[in-house]
Amino acid sequence: MSDLKFTEEHEWVRVEGDVAVCGISDYAQDQLGDVVYVELPAVGSKVVKLTEIAVVESVKAASDIYAPVSGEVIAVNETLTEQPNVVNADPTGEGWFFQIQLSDPAELDDLMDEDAYRTYVEELS
Amino acid sequence: MPESPYTPSQRTPLYALHLELGGKMVPFAGYDMPVQYSGIIDEHSHTRTSASLFDVSHMGQIRVAGDAVALETLVPGDIQGLAAGRMRYSLFTDASGGILDDLMITRLGEAEFFVVVNAGCKVDDFRHMQSGLAGRAGVTLLPERALLALQGPAAAGVLRRLAPGSGALAFLAAAAMDVAGIPCFVSRSGYTGEDGFEISLAGDQAERLARRLLSEPGVKPAGLGARDSLRLEAGLCLYGHDIDRTTSPIEAGLAWTIAKRRRVAGGFPGAAVILEQLANGPARRRVGIRPEGRVVTREGTAILDSAGVAIGTITSGGFGPTVGGPVAMGYVAADQAKVGTPVRLAVRGTPRPGVVVALPFVATRYYRAT
Repeated sequence: MSDLKFTEEHEWVRVEGDVAVCGISDYAQDQLGDVVYVELPAVGSKVVKLTEIAVVESVKAASDIYAPVSGEVIAVNETLTEQPNVVNADPTGEGWFFQIQLSDPAELDDLMDEDAYRTYVEELS
Repeated sequence: MPESPYTPSQRTPLYALHLELGGKMVPFAGYDMPVQYSGIIDEHSHTRTSASLFDVSHMGQIRVAGDAVALETLVPGDIQGLAAGRMRYSLFTDASGGILDDLMITRLGEAEFFVVVNAGCKVDDFRHMQSGLAGRAGVTLLPERALLALQGPAAAGVLRRLAPGSGALAFLAAAAMDVAGIPCFVSRSGYTGEDGFEISLAGDQAERLARRLLSEPGVKPAGLGARDSLRLEAGLCLYGHDIDRTTSPIEAGLAWTIAKRRRVAGGFPGAAVILEQLANGPARRRVGIRPEGRVVTREGTAILDSAGVAIGTITSGGFGPTVGGPVAMGYVAADQAKVGTPVRLAVRGTPRPGVVVALPFVATRYYRAT
């Protein structure tokens, strides 16, 4: 059973203690196509839920990535700087974007679980 | 649902095949077209190393029954000097020297021409030709024709197996011939910077030929995404982006399409403006721009000089898979257009460094007879 939670903007979150590991969903990477650049937030920056904190560029377009939860960015995935296509290859694993130290764990309740997200995506297409 | 001026998209004769091949369909110039199948980078790289089949049936195909002198009243190219079976890139210009569309003109005979224009412009182009050539030429839109592009270094070998006569075609030459037994009009041309062919044929034969071509070793389908990244690396203009009614052929770096005779004699729309710019230089020029790093610079991005003063705008920009990084084209003030000029590109509010470079980004490999 997957422990991922999702936003309506197609970010995912995996909670490890009081840290949220975040990335974009498989559906999102498929819609974007080949990812060629990822602009990551600065480690140490304070982020507010649903604000733009990163950018993912595919061959086709640039898309904003929103903070799924509020808190402090404590790590970013430097691998994506040199190998942005890892986002396509393994979006919910090696292709994670950043980790946020949660300031309000209750925000997690607003996110969709995997079943709800699957239904949400099916309704989009 | 809100009311919208929705017009149902048209489909090319290959629509069902695109779906079967897993094409991701997007609206483009009034058509549902495949933007990609396996992925843009994969399709792009395959075109540069093997051969790709593109459906470009959305483009306008027009037959002109009239003489070269008449056609020259609409374009600045040397049409009188065009031999039968040869084709030329040209432009429809307007009275103020802007570009209405770019097009390929093929001479079929003494007073017969075949013209291919952009999908988004074809209705306007057709009317423009009808009114501009009224009483001098018959203009016929050929909506029942499909157009396939087979592009890449393996294209010639593939086509020679299905149409032995295609091997004799020089770059920018064209001839009627059977391909796999299907009557076609084949030209050695394209929009990728590679050797390749464009094949015009009856729409109801298009799927059969497309399947035949795709069954050949080394041939894969490619969509509009790869078509765009390929032409951008090849430094080719996209109408409505790099050229339009607000850009002149001189600003666009397309002075080479204006024949010597016509530079003297004029006689095409906007000749006064265009020839004045040719003599004295335009105020701005289209240039290639290589952004530093990996940040992709897209259309609409402001170009600044090193002091931060705006000097122009990006008109095409994206990731160049063969280059392995971002590439762009845009217009800058003429005194900043020299190769090597450092610029700043205002992407997401941050000025990022780039440099003016020569076009194309990737050396073109059009066919040259040896």
